[in-house]
Amino acid sequence: MSDLLQQMTDKALALGVPLSVQLDLTYRCNERCVHCYLDHDDHGEMTTEEIKHLLDEMADAGVFLLTLSGGEIFVRKDFFEILEYARRLMFCVKLKTNAVLIREAEAARIRDLGVESVQISIYSHRPEVHDAITLVPGSLKRSVAAIRLLKSQGLKIIIANVLMTENMQDYSGVRALAAELGVECTLDPTVTPMMDGNRSTLKLGVGSGVLREVFRDSSLVGDADAFCAIPAPPGESELESLPCSAGHTACYVSPYGDVYPCVQFPLPTGNVRTERFEDIWRHSDRMNEVRSIRIKDLTTCTSCTHVSNCTRCPGLAFMEGNMRGPSSQDCEKSFARTGVASANMLARKRATANLVQIQTFSSLATATA
Amino acid sequence: MSRLFVARNPRVAARSLDGEMMIMSGRDSTLFTLNRTATILWQAADGRTPLDEIVQSRICSEFDVDPAEALQDAETLARELAGHEILQLSEQPIAPSSTPPTAAGDPR
Repeated sequence: MSDLLQQMTDKALALGVPLSVQLDLTYRCNERCVHCYLDHDDHGEMTTEEIKHLLDEMADAGVFLLTLSGGEIFVRKDFFEILEYARRLMFCVKLKTNAVLIREAEAARIRDLGVESVQISIYSHRPEVHDAITLVPGSLKRSVAAIRLLKSQGLKIIIANVLMTENMQDYSGVRALAAELGVECTLDPTVTPMMDGNRSTLKLGVGSGVLREVFRDSSLVGDADAFCAIPAPPGESELESLPCSAGHTACYVSPYGDVYPCVQFPLPTGNVRTERFEDIWRHSDRMNEVRSIRIKDLTTCTSCTHVSNCTRCPGLAFMEGNMRGPSSQDCEKSFARTGVASANMLARKRATANLVQIQTFSSLATATA
Repeated sequence: MSRLFVARNPRVAARSLDGEMMIMSGRDSTLFTLNRTATILWQAADGRTPLDEIVQSRICSEFDVDPAEALQDAETLARELAGHEILQLSEQPIAPSSTPPTAAGDPR
């Protein structure tokens, strides 16, 4: 983040302005990615007019950075009408897409509408791996062709790669592909539970061994020794700091108008079909509860070695049952990075040890009986 | 002397944050913030009102400045913002179709 954007973010935080919003236009999708956290049926998406009204309200509330995502945004027939309207309101618009439906005309129109960047999901440089994740034959070829078209329009493109068991050997290949295409590339090792709480997708997450390897890769993290160093104990200011931007300068709106602190934080705080966006943002009890949490308020984590530089996601913690609790996936990341178990991992180990003692005792009792 | 017309570049993103205008360049995503005078100029840059009129009606009315000096400063500023592709400049009125029709980044 640039210094100036940081200054603006600090100012937005002080003023209580939602500087950044992700708006999912649909959960429908033309791919069926094995790790996806969404249900792809349409349960009553906002209409074009409802979305335009919401965009008006968001502009009034001070939203500047608008990410349009899904689902696949291009399956909405009114997508360009929505995008054009958003740009007339002068939002800084970022798109997230698989790009499969982008041809020359769409690429040119995206460029003409002054979109800031387009993020495209690519899971492997090998069709047999990428297509096995999207479950759509030919999808890698089409996504890469679209990247070339968008790039030729002078647009900023970011390849987003999610690291999972299916593609863990291929992240270097994806980075090489990005370099060949002349675009940026990000790698995210987080597979999230489904929005309904179903955690079956988590089995696709890579284990500590692969994470450790990734975190030691200096081409990804820079100075690996510094990146993997055990952090210093937190100071007073770190304990007073915010867990993340969710609910502070950022939030998420679903295709059905539900407002959440973040796309990864499925705590409904209100619906824009029945309340003004800014009223939800400012007055929702749930949003204000999220907003009230400081690092010092976290259970377990405040006593953890990693607290001062943990990637702990409050949304993932919420999905584990407690928005003030630890996020086990981030504990795993901290452990993979430093080799030091988190306070949560140690507590679980103690609990497991106790369970084993009980089991042994009952087995003994059965054997004796 | 020819008159100068200024219009907001429709390729930028903009929003007012507590009276301070944030502008994201459409060329390279560089973020700018405009001071009070530049914000006034940005808000008035409709492509139809000549710069001298903007200076007279919006800047001289608000600040205690010499009109000729204010116009010179405004021209310098407008050319600088045009250099960053934040504003468009022309000696003719700039067609409304190429300017944002509403808002200009202000809460309405």
